[in-house]
Amino acid sequence: MDKLRALGRLVVLAAILATAQAHAASGAKLDKADIDPGNIASLQRGAANFMNYCSGCHSARYVRFNTIGKYLGLSEEDLVDNLMFNAEKTFETIQASMPSSDAARWYGKAPPDMSLMARAKGADYIYNFLKGFYLDPDSPTGVDNTVLAGTSMPHVLWELQGYQKALFSEHVETNSDGSTTTTHEFEKFELVSTGTLDVEKYESFVRDTVNFLAYIAEPIRAERRKLGTWVLIYLVVFLIIARMLKKQIWKDVK
Amino acid sequence: MARIEAEVGKPQGGFMKWIDDRFPFTSTMKYHATEYYASKNFNFWYVFGVLAMVVLVIQLVTGVFLTMNYKPAAAEAFASVEYIMRDVEWGWLIRYMHSTGASFFFIVVYLHMFRAMLYGSYKKPRELIWIIGMLIFFVLMAEGFAGYLLPWGQMSYWGAQVIISLFGAIPGIGEGLVEIIRGDYSISDITLNRFFALHVIVLPLSLIGLIFVHIVALHEVGSNNPDGIEIKQNKGADGVPVDGVAFHPYHTSKDLVAIIVFLMLFSAVVFFAPDMGGYFLEHANFEPANLTATPEHIAPVWYFTPFYAILRAVPDKLWGFILFGTAVLLPVFLPWLDRARVKSIRYRGWIYRSALSIFVVTFLSLGWLGTQPAEPIYVLAARIFSVLYFAFFLLMPYYTTVDKTKPVPERVVYHG
Repeated sequence: MDKLRALGRLVVLAAILATAQAHAASGAKLDKADIDPGNIASLQRGAANFMNYCSGCHSARYVRFNTIGKYLGLSEEDLVDNLMFNAEKTFETIQASMPSSDAARWYGKAPPDMSLMARAKGADYIYNFLKGFYLDPDSPTGVDNTVLAGTSMPHVLWELQGYQKALFSEHVETNSDGSTTTTHEFEKFELVSTGTLDVEKYESFVRDTVNFLAYIAEPIRAERRKLGTWVLIYLVVFLIIARMLKKQIWKDVK
Repeated sequence: MARIEAEVGKPQGGFMKWIDDRFPFTSTMKYHATEYYASKNFNFWYVFGVLAMVVLVIQLVTGVFLTMNYKPAAAEAFASVEYIMRDVEWGWLIRYMHSTGASFFFIVVYLHMFRAMLYGSYKKPRELIWIIGMLIFFVLMAEGFAGYLLPWGQMSYWGAQVIISLFGAIPGIGEGLVEIIRGDYSISDITLNRFFALHVIVLPLSLIGLIFVHIVALHEVGSNNPDGIEIKQNKGADGVPVDGVAFHPYHTSKDLVAIIVFLMLFSAVVFFAPDMGGYFLEHANFEPANLTATPEHIAPVWYFTPFYAILRAVPDKLWGFILFGTAVLLPVFLPWLDRARVKSIRYRGWIYRSALSIFVVTFLSLGWLGTQPAEPIYVLAARIFSVLYFAFFLLMPYYTTVDKTKPVPERVVYHG
């Protein structure tokens, strides 16, 4: 009984530790990306989206085409025809077409590598970021972003989404010394011009892309979970045998 | 039999005799395993020593394989870790075992130390075991710290930056000391190289040496037990402690069960939650070290956060460092701070029981506060808990003297 209680305590301790530490995101609340890592069709669409719309500027320099192909069920031909625009061999990694030294000069900051973005920032962050561009005449790119204010990234998906403006509510607080502080809180978006995709289709476009980014951040995820189940089953069997052995050896101890 | 022996002489003893004539194999096995007697009433809290050994082996073995593929250079380190994660066969498993092992090492060692506080295992005659154990803990902290720089992620870099710069607070020698640790004017390729050397050679070697001495000292005086009774004082006619059972096969078979349960928890993390919600692998560490951009919130890995919270609770840099160092060192003196006549919590009065409970809450709270941003309310809480942390140790000589203890029984409590 003692052992059980003590084990219970340990489980509680582990639960405290496991209480998910939120990804550090400043300001805006993030909507759930609600991706489905097991949905291969979604991942395939996401791969195409990424290669067509992102890989011009963003590399994924740790990700090999043949790794993607194996998990997404794409043949070498599929890869070459549909995804590999600037690569020769399937073992190559995803390199941006735009040289990063030029990019740094043009945008002030080189577009980051996307291999691990979903693990560094979280899938929700990218999902909201891609939906968060709004018109801002003061910005050199013409847009700003609710998730990452002052981003140097232009709204590359404008053709699909169209342009939206953001509505903010103003809160004026009076400080103790009589001065006032004004804070702006994001309320909602309003579509100004429509793109080729309607709101729902754009949402699923973004979701597929984020799903793919989450996959490339840890391509081994599905395999480790599958293997983990077998490891735990093995350990349960081992535990039963070890428990019997212990009982047998201790049976004479009074 | 006797007639045959008389005719052909005694059996020569074969291979084992050949070995034993040249190396004390059988006698060592007897001394440390088959005739090492430990109390039969060990409970849950007594498995963490063995589990620490298990984690050590996991870390050593996975560490060797990581070393075969890791590049200790600022320009290549981050990419080489991703190479291990993606391209090396089974590399992801080896890396996750190592990163999870680091956190489990501290979980196990903290619980192992807590056991000593529950049952007075540091008290006479085991003071030296405790001190060696504390040295192991210090080396382990250094090992964890050095290892955390190696992936060369944002948190590796900035966490090391914050912790190393602490030494700069020491008057006079501070700045020079910081330069010696870094080997450079900032954390650089040179720092990474020396941390790699410390992490794979110097510190693990010290760890193994200290653990060896820890066990030698333990087997000299014998293990404590949940009743805090010296079982060697009550021996049977055969010279064996009546409450003791041999380490092998009794405790080994019991420990095997514990090891499997441990491996189940360990595997659950490795296979299903290797970053443990950002506690075991911090999110910011999936971005390569960027010398020009500070992460918005720098927190050391969870196992340092109780002490980090104490450091941050002090507004002055030098005093913060002094209290941080003192907080880490204070447990070394437990054998002399604790004046109680009994060892085990079972026979102590309500004062020590309350003090220890408050201490557990204090330590966990400090650990949580250390992961949070330094907002005023958290800093205030950290100050209150810091005072409680120091009070637990510094007031101990007083409250353990006045605490009413219960009589300790002759024999250990065992329900079979």
